[in-house]
Amino acid sequence: MSTERLRKYGFVAGFLVVPLTLYLVFVISPYIQAFQLALTSWNGYQRNPTYVGLANFGKLFDDEVFWQAIRNHAVILLVLPLLTIAFALFFAFLLNLGGGSRGAGMRGVWGSTFYKVVFFAPQVLAVAVVGVLWKAIFRPDESGVVNGALIKMGLDPVGWLTEPSLALWSLLAVMIWQAVGFYVVLFSAGMAAIPRDYFEAAALDGAGRFRLFFSITLPLLRDTIQVGWVYLGIAAFDCFALIQVLSVDAGGPDGATTVLPVEIYKTAFSYNKVGYASAMGVALFFLTITFAVLTLRVSRREKIEL
Amino acid sequence: MRNKPKPSVFSGLSHLALVIWALLIILPLLWTFLAAFKNNTEIFGDALQLPAEVRWENWARAWDKAHVGTYMINTVVVVFFGTAGTMLFGSMAAYVLARYTFPGQRLIYLLFVAGMAFPVFLAIGPLFFVVKQFGLLDSHVGLVIVYIAYSLPFTVFFLAAFFRTLPEAVAEAAKIDGASHTRTFFQVMLPMAKPGIISITIFNVLGQWNQYLLPLALVPGDKEKWVITQGIADISTIAGYEADWPALFAALNLAIIPVLVVYIIFQRQIQSGLGAGALK
Repeated sequence: MSTERLRKYGFVAGFLVVPLTLYLVFVISPYIQAFQLALTSWNGYQRNPTYVGLANFGKLFDDEVFWQAIRNHAVILLVLPLLTIAFALFFAFLLNLGGGSRGAGMRGVWGSTFYKVVFFAPQVLAVAVVGVLWKAIFRPDESGVVNGALIKMGLDPVGWLTEPSLALWSLLAVMIWQAVGFYVVLFSAGMAAIPRDYFEAAALDGAGRFRLFFSITLPLLRDTIQVGWVYLGIAAFDCFALIQVLSVDAGGPDGATTVLPVEIYKTAFSYNKVGYASAMGVALFFLTITFAVLTLRVSRREKIEL
Repeated sequence: MRNKPKPSVFSGLSHLALVIWALLIILPLLWTFLAAFKNNTEIFGDALQLPAEVRWENWARAWDKAHVGTYMINTVVVVFFGTAGTMLFGSMAAYVLARYTFPGQRLIYLLFVAGMAFPVFLAIGPLFFVVKQFGLLDSHVGLVIVYIAYSLPFTVFFLAAFFRTLPEAVAEAAKIDGASHTRTFFQVMLPMAKPGIISITIFNVLGQWNQYLLPLALVPGDKEKWVITQGIADISTIAGYEADWPALFAALNLAIIPVLVVYIIFQRQIQSGLGAGALK
């Protein structure tokens, strides 16, 4: 028994030593350091960082760029999930119940597999590549296909990425373009799992498609939609690769599209203010946690009401 | 004979909406593909016109002069070893955390799970200096190690849940047969966990292929070491200075087409693999 115990613990320790070491050194340690450095004015070169207490956070709250980033996160956090989920539910519903009627039954459109494959494709492209793709499409002159088409029709070109009031919406359109397909597949799987009987019984009662959607599909899909919302919310706090690559001057024009990850990267690696960048990272962390907690709280309350 | 469904207005409208979205996906990709065969005059002349001839030299310039070939190979190497390491160490950690009780078991598990809650941007500054201290900046070895480390939280979380569902009777039977813990893991439990491992492998391949922040921060100097995401972004910037848009479009397609081909071949597995993340 003692030998078996030793063998068991030896096995456990042997299996954990590499993953745990890698994890502690490269993930946990930098996270802990970030909280420490957030209280310093370290520039990455000084031997001993100068402790400044909460001065970085005070400076952060006075920083207009920080608040611009927060406002952009708020817009993205609202628009990205809302439109992505709305489009995805719409398409998933069509794919599953958008076909012709046959007796009391309803069925999906033919070719639904083809549509799912096409819709999902942007999801497997690297975000940086998608950024380069859409940068070419949105080019401000006739070499961009959108403005090329407008110019050909005798209209003025639009500054999709260069107009401050429009740039964030153009970026949101690209995010939605890439994300919708994933949720179409996710929601389609959820809808396919709903027993066919539910729909047929409701149809016999004379319910049309829209009533089917709001009375049956939506309620039964609630958990899946919640998962989607959490995912898109987390994505709303990132957006680094797309904005870094696609926007003018990484977050421009004039900060119109900046987000905290972009500012953190700039501050740490272009301005060499590692302490201040870590303070931004801490702020981002608390925003993300707040979102996660609020979302879980809402879903828990809904569960209790049922 | 199955009743042929009656055509209906709603069905037609369904197809119309679905086709419109499908075109919104396909047309941008198709446009960049055609642009890869044009010259600068055609690209700036009329964005909607077809290329006058098939110019494969654009692709040759993208592969050689713009180094897309190097970037692609670098990416394949890094993602291959990154994913292999993630799956090996992730499986090992998940297995013992899910199926063994020992002092610190719960603490270690929660430590891994907590990693999913922390945005990587919180750590990116300090991480740069940790990697620097190990002499692993501008190094594929460094990038692989960091990819593994940052892929572990979700991998451990997902596979631990999966290993927990495997029947105890099988492990007991192997034990009675005298199998060691290691043999039980590699020859019995790992094969049984195959569906979960396939899903999470695909998830990790796509996640690491997509990675942009980590290579940007940790492989900033030596262009020969760059992966495709930072390479494409750089080519996009350079294209403006060198006025070589055709090579940019060719480079873009060299980055897109192989991924789409692999996707079309493995689309069912890829969809379920990415979906694995949503079922946590």
